[in-house]
Amino acid sequence: MGMTHIVDRRLNGKNKSAVNRERFLRRYRHHIKKAVSDAVQRRSITDVEGGESVSIPARDLEEPIFHHGQGGKREMVHPGNKEFVAGDELPKPPGGGGGGQGDGKASPDGEGMDEFAFQITQDEFLEFLFDDLELPNLARKKLRDTEAFKYVRSGFSTQGVPAKLDVVRSLRGAHARRLSLGGARKRKIRELEAQLAALKTAPDDLDPAFSHKDQIEVLEAEIAKLKSNLKRIPYIDEIDLRYRQHLKQPQPATSAVMFCLMDVSGSMTQMHKDIAKRFFILLYLFLKKNYKRIDVVFIRHHTSAKEVDEEEFFYSRETGGTIVSSALKLMDKIIKARYSPAEWNIYAAQASDGDNWNDDSPICSKILSEQILPQVQYYSYVEITPQDHQMLWYEYEKVMAENPDSFAMQQIADPSEIYPVFRQLFERKAA
Amino acid sequence: MTDAMDRPSEVRPISTGSEWTFDLIEQYDEEIAKCAAEFGLDTYPNQVEVISAEQMMDAYSSVGMPVGYNHWSFGKQFLNTSQGYQRGQMGLAYEIVINSDPCIAYLMEENTLPMQALVIAHASYGHNSFFKGNYLFRTWTDASAIIDYLVFARNYVAQCEERHGVDAVEQILDSCHALMNYGVDRYKRPSPISAAQEQRRQQDREEYQQRRLNDLWRTIPKMGSDEEEETLRKTRFPEEPQENLLYFIEKNGPLLETWQREIIRIVRKLAQYFYPQRQTQVMNEGWASFWHYTLLHRMYEKGLVTDGFMLEFLQSHTAVVYQPPFDSPWYSGINPYTLGFSIYTDLRRICENPTDEDKHWFPDIAGSDWIETLHFAMKNFKDESFIHQFLSPKVMRDLKLFSISDDDQEEVYRITAIHDESGYRTLREKLARQYNLSFREPNLQVWNVNVRGDRSLTLRHIPVNGIPMGAATGEVLRHVHRLWGFDVHLETVDDEGVKGEFHCPPRKTEGGA
Repeated sequence: MGMTHIVDRRLNGKNKSAVNRERFLRRYRHHIKKAVSDAVQRRSITDVEGGESVSIPARDLEEPIFHHGQGGKREMVHPGNKEFVAGDELPKPPGGGGGGQGDGKASPDGEGMDEFAFQITQDEFLEFLFDDLELPNLARKKLRDTEAFKYVRSGFSTQGVPAKLDVVRSLRGAHARRLSLGGARKRKIRELEAQLAALKTAPDDLDPAFSHKDQIEVLEAEIAKLKSNLKRIPYIDEIDLRYRQHLKQPQPATSAVMFCLMDVSGSMTQMHKDIAKRFFILLYLFLKKNYKRIDVVFIRHHTSAKEVDEEEFFYSRETGGTIVSSALKLMDKIIKARYSPAEWNIYAAQASDGDNWNDDSPICSKILSEQILPQVQYYSYVEITPQDHQMLWYEYEKVMAENPDSFAMQQIADPSEIYPVFRQLFERKAA
Repeated sequence: MTDAMDRPSEVRPISTGSEWTFDLIEQYDEEIAKCAAEFGLDTYPNQVEVISAEQMMDAYSSVGMPVGYNHWSFGKQFLNTSQGYQRGQMGLAYEIVINSDPCIAYLMEENTLPMQALVIAHASYGHNSFFKGNYLFRTWTDASAIIDYLVFARNYVAQCEERHGVDAVEQILDSCHALMNYGVDRYKRPSPISAAQEQRRQQDREEYQQRRLNDLWRTIPKMGSDEEEETLRKTRFPEEPQENLLYFIEKNGPLLETWQREIIRIVRKLAQYFYPQRQTQVMNEGWASFWHYTLLHRMYEKGLVTDGFMLEFLQSHTAVVYQPPFDSPWYSGINPYTLGFSIYTDLRRICENPTDEDKHWFPDIAGSDWIETLHFAMKNFKDESFIHQFLSPKVMRDLKLFSISDDDQEEVYRITAIHDESGYRTLREKLARQYNLSFREPNLQVWNVNVRGDRSLTLRHIPVNGIPMGAATGEVLRHVHRLWGFDVHLETVDDEGVKGEFHCPPRKTEGGA
């Protein structure tokens, strides 16, 4: 026959639909952005990596075509009759609704699935998150990719560059090879030599027919042959060579601790907190790419500060005034107790609506300048308010003037404004 | 071991395990080909491609086209398929087969050996011989040119995206897809698809079209008598109503740029290529199922496959041709595999063992050569006429068919016919009609263009049995409007006059006629 051509296609072109999938995400980016934005509120800030399930109302995805509407007169043939006979009348279900369309598929006008659900990947999730925050591409890449690598040993290989040759291992291999190839011959030589010695020392037989001389000659020739064989075993051969193998491993150098400070006094609304949360998420992502281990410490404050878990940090409300310095003092205390700057890279992010008791603001800048900033890598402050600044902002401006390398501040009224704070952080890191 | 007893002892089964190898697939294919030749199946050369589940999903979501232009709707289909597959709600299709020469069929690597054999028999010999034999496919599609054409289309669309932006191209494609069902010639034979010609003619076409358009849209009034003007005003354009909406728009759309016309043309050509498939679903699937069943049984008779093989095969076969009754939660219309398979199987029976009933109903066929008769049935019909011609009383009884009427003027549904002596003919007629595409889709025609006025386009809907246009009509009209560029009207007209109107852009007060 031979008319059939059988092809193995499994190895080529796995992702033919990737572009179409991307087109789909592109078309529905508003829906997806919203889903991502909802997910951010739901998720913990240490849990922003991972995909997300997105659902879009099926109505919005429809591809309309001309089709028949309800009404009129139609007849359909169905299988599986049990007791009907011609002329039977069946009551119509209340509320109209009639026979279906000609084909069995869900009709285009709303029957069938209500929601179209699908998964986006972790990368896509971050992409949409960054999109919302208007992160430029360079920054996105930095957040997604690990920058530093280190090479770690990962065993030996038989191939490599001369510079990576492991002499000891190669020689050990050569030795073993010589042993295994030569061992049998050496043993044989030893045996023959013993025989030879025995013959030489034994008195010669009188009968020339049994003279030892011939035997000695034979033995000597054989020994010589074996020895020359042995010599031909190379001392070191290509197959003995061993090279050290290294693996590229991302290098999150050491540990970092991230302090999240937030004002939870009555003036901070949930909207403020959501913006703050995104800000904290970005900082967390950034740290995660650079450090092996990250601790997150949440400090909330109104007139007094308290270390809390994430849930309480973002979602419980307090009333009353605001004393920012209480949080700074607590942070300093925690650093001293648990996070020695010698071992930890310390980052802090503070979010507030700018409210503070005026008397307290100079105290804040003093604590920052004198106690906290000398210990931390970076301290960022975001003020989430569309209104005019208050005392705290001006005090912090002084701090920034004195510590431009380790302190950044920004006013934010909208998530898209979070990024400028980060730009400083990235620039510093990239330098 | 036991299976060898009642069959020729010198023949040994090709394999006993369920793991496939390329070698085994080749051997099975060779044997299936021999059996197919015994029954006179005439096929294009086969190309069998082994692919992974993911690739199957890819193929699935581009409506089975091996290459396709990019569009979000294929992405949606892909997400839908992969989501369902990953959740385990849905198995993947066993097979996708492409009407091309050579005929390409996909085998999924996860399948067991009996499944691969089933797919080869079903697709590479069943569908393949249908593609080669059926008159609709012979007339309307050109198997040797389709792949090249798809490549041409993909590249052309990609070029347009580069030049005019993804969004602009996406909009045109969206609109074309909405009208795809109205982009086919139902009666005229189209010129065959050819990628090379297509490229060559692109240039000529551009000039020609521009010339034609200028003619149509000449705005300077001709010098002439008022009477002449009057007759001009009265003649419609087009003079005869036209059913191919996309063709009409491609040729006459006043504001379209050349690349937009080309894209309309591409979608139109693809619609035409798929049109025979939509018209022969029952026949085609039935034919393929009949042959996988018959060919593999022939293999079994020859002792080439084991009992275990047959058990697994029959289990799949039964699932494929299962017809849930109308009151089952799994019911979603008549299963085309079941209906087609039943008709062909019964046709064979009528040829080989006719009863008196068969002799009465099928005097020409009863007792004839079954292979010849089946081939005749496969070659010369489409679903509608095939059912009309060959649906036998026995199949109607086996499937327990009944027809029910739903009239919005009546308070009740009525059973109009069942599988009994007085019902057979009605039932057969009604079922045949159900497969007439023009009953499934509203009957729409290009009625008039207001050439000397506001350039608006009027479509006419001729309702059948008083069934009105569906809820999405307004949406689709927006697509027509996007392509046409001026106002678009759709009027439903029956013997008594205008029954309903749609306008795009919508009119503020929707005046009743």
